[in-house]
Amino acid sequence: MTRIFIPLDSVAVALGADEVAEKLKAQDGVEVVRNGSRGMLWLEPLVEVETAKGRIAYGPVTGADVGSLLAAGFLEGADHALCLGLTEEIDFLKKQERLTFARCGVTDPLCLKDYKAHGDLSGLRKALALEPQDIAEEVMTSGLRGRGGAAFPAGIKWKTVLGATATQKYIVCNADEGDSGTFADRMIMEGDPYLLIEGMIIAGLGTGASKGFVYLRSEYPVAKAVFSEALENAYADGLLGDNILGSGKAFDLELFMGAGAYICGEETSLLDSLEGKRGQVRAKPPLPALEGLNGKPTLVHNVISLCAVPTILAEGGAFYKDYGMGRSTGTMPFQLAGNIKHGGLVEKAFGVSLRELVEGFGGGTRSGRAIKTAQVGGPLGAYIPPALMDTPMDYESFAKIGAGVGHGGIVLYDDTADMAAQAKYAFDFCAHESCGKCTPCRIGAVRGSEVMAKVIAGTDVHGNLELIDDLCEVMTDGSLCAMGGMTPIPVMSAIKHFPDDFLKGDKE
Amino acid sequence: MREGLEVTDAKAQNVGAMDALIAKYVGVQGGLMRALLALQEADGYIDASALPKLAAAFNLTKAEVKGVISFYDDFARAPKGEHVLRLCQAEACQAVGARELTQHACERADVAMGDTRMDGRITIEPVYCLGLCANGPAAMVDGKLKAAVGEADIDALLDAWEHEA
Repeated sequence: MTRIFIPLDSVAVALGADEVAEKLKAQDGVEVVRNGSRGMLWLEPLVEVETAKGRIAYGPVTGADVGSLLAAGFLEGADHALCLGLTEEIDFLKKQERLTFARCGVTDPLCLKDYKAHGDLSGLRKALALEPQDIAEEVMTSGLRGRGGAAFPAGIKWKTVLGATATQKYIVCNADEGDSGTFADRMIMEGDPYLLIEGMIIAGLGTGASKGFVYLRSEYPVAKAVFSEALENAYADGLLGDNILGSGKAFDLELFMGAGAYICGEETSLLDSLEGKRGQVRAKPPLPALEGLNGKPTLVHNVISLCAVPTILAEGGAFYKDYGMGRSTGTMPFQLAGNIKHGGLVEKAFGVSLRELVEGFGGGTRSGRAIKTAQVGGPLGAYIPPALMDTPMDYESFAKIGAGVGHGGIVLYDDTADMAAQAKYAFDFCAHESCGKCTPCRIGAVRGSEVMAKVIAGTDVHGNLELIDDLCEVMTDGSLCAMGGMTPIPVMSAIKHFPDDFLKGDKE
Repeated sequence: MREGLEVTDAKAQNVGAMDALIAKYVGVQGGLMRALLALQEADGYIDASALPKLAAAFNLTKAEVKGVISFYDDFARAPKGEHVLRLCQAEACQAVGARELTQHACERADVAMGDTRMDGRITIEPVYCLGLCANGPAAMVDGKLKAAVGEADIDALLDAWEHEA
């Protein structure tokens, strides 16, 4: 039997992986494994053949290539125009420091036996033998900060929830990954779902919560299917339920689907949605850690934060803290997107430069034209010009240039991009996605779009840009959450770094 | 796993089916959201006749139920076209020509963004990120993900839809 790996990842499927899998399944002596993606997304569908020398990669493979691959003898790892050599030796992958994504693409994501064969649930096993305080302390030691964008120290949140007294506490996983240019949550939920389940169980043990929810966006149908099946398998195996691995401790986990609202990625809005309401932002305090879901203490974390936890427990907080720089400890799965030649996921310790990511790993623009800018950290992130791309990717260095790392998404643009159009889009997106609760966001976004349209039309450009500046100050200082509060970041960074794009309509 | 949370493909508007569907979610965490998702999946939209039933079941006013429906983009208040093309409008896809692709698709299909064509055949909707950001422009075609979509793909798709019996 020759084992062939064909990703079930959304990207591979969207590029025809299912057809390739069907054709290869029909071959005698072939066992097809649907793995996660290795994250080299420009090579998807990336098909791997297991040989005595190791796994050999071919890509991008479409249904039309299957005949010639078989004829060339790719089942024995033979050469072919699409052959990329040993997967692990591909530079893009070899240069990474994968802790969270170590298994993604390697294993069969739905095979629990395979998961146990790679790591043996050692993070969870350690946690089961520890007191809750010691688990939370390990997370504290690691220096892990929330990977969803806010970068709040995880250990402090864990200790707050642990210290709260209540009849019920919850773990809520924020899988409402709505930022354009991000797909790390999706990739890990499709490629290694038991890692998230393990992380959430440990979080339950470390905070005294016996119930968890994963709030997943509806735009991720593959992640929904894979994670649902993983949940069923985890219950059948006794990993979830009343008696975790025979320990006598309990943790229940459910999947909850969103319905197409970007704002539900904001934690308090997500909690309202999870209560069946409009996803409107709540004023803080009270903190969700004290009064969250159903008014009970709730640990809300992004997918990647929770997926870092098994490694932290298995290897120790000090091991994790050794990666990164300063107060940005550990690794971050950076996502290279937009107009990029080699798009995909790069997990590196904090401190790698933006230029190394977009030029070294990414190979520059897909169009082959000059780089104009990279937007880092989603729709609420700054547009960064090439002159600032040597900035190390860590929370503090990015704060110094008026930007944020966010969820690690990087969208590259070539020199055809019109930054005034991008600035207007930032307001339009905010107007579309605002929950409507606070005035600076609800009204400000609409007015911002109108004023920006005047700038683009060349009407009193300087006067209107002053008005934008003033409006952005109000939105920054007066909005209830990051939606309205950070929409000024893409707008003002675009104006600051690319003033010519805003002045070209100026008739004066 | 809790039983009965899977959505059936039965049309919820069949006599009694809507009541039965709604009843399944009463007392469940986030029950109203789950009931609305189930109705949307069963019928392709939330029929106005569901409003009083949902309000009664969840002990809310009809206005509150309507407020939840109108908040979320996924909940439609009228049937969509036989075919639904969702085109990503977010930044990563903009960087590789999503705006031009969208204009091309709307002109070719003769329907405005976010609308259903008069003959009820085709709906084109915006979607804000399908997580295919390294392989844009991205689209969802009748629920199936498509990456690296070009004008030729749109033309082939629309031609196929136009020539269906």
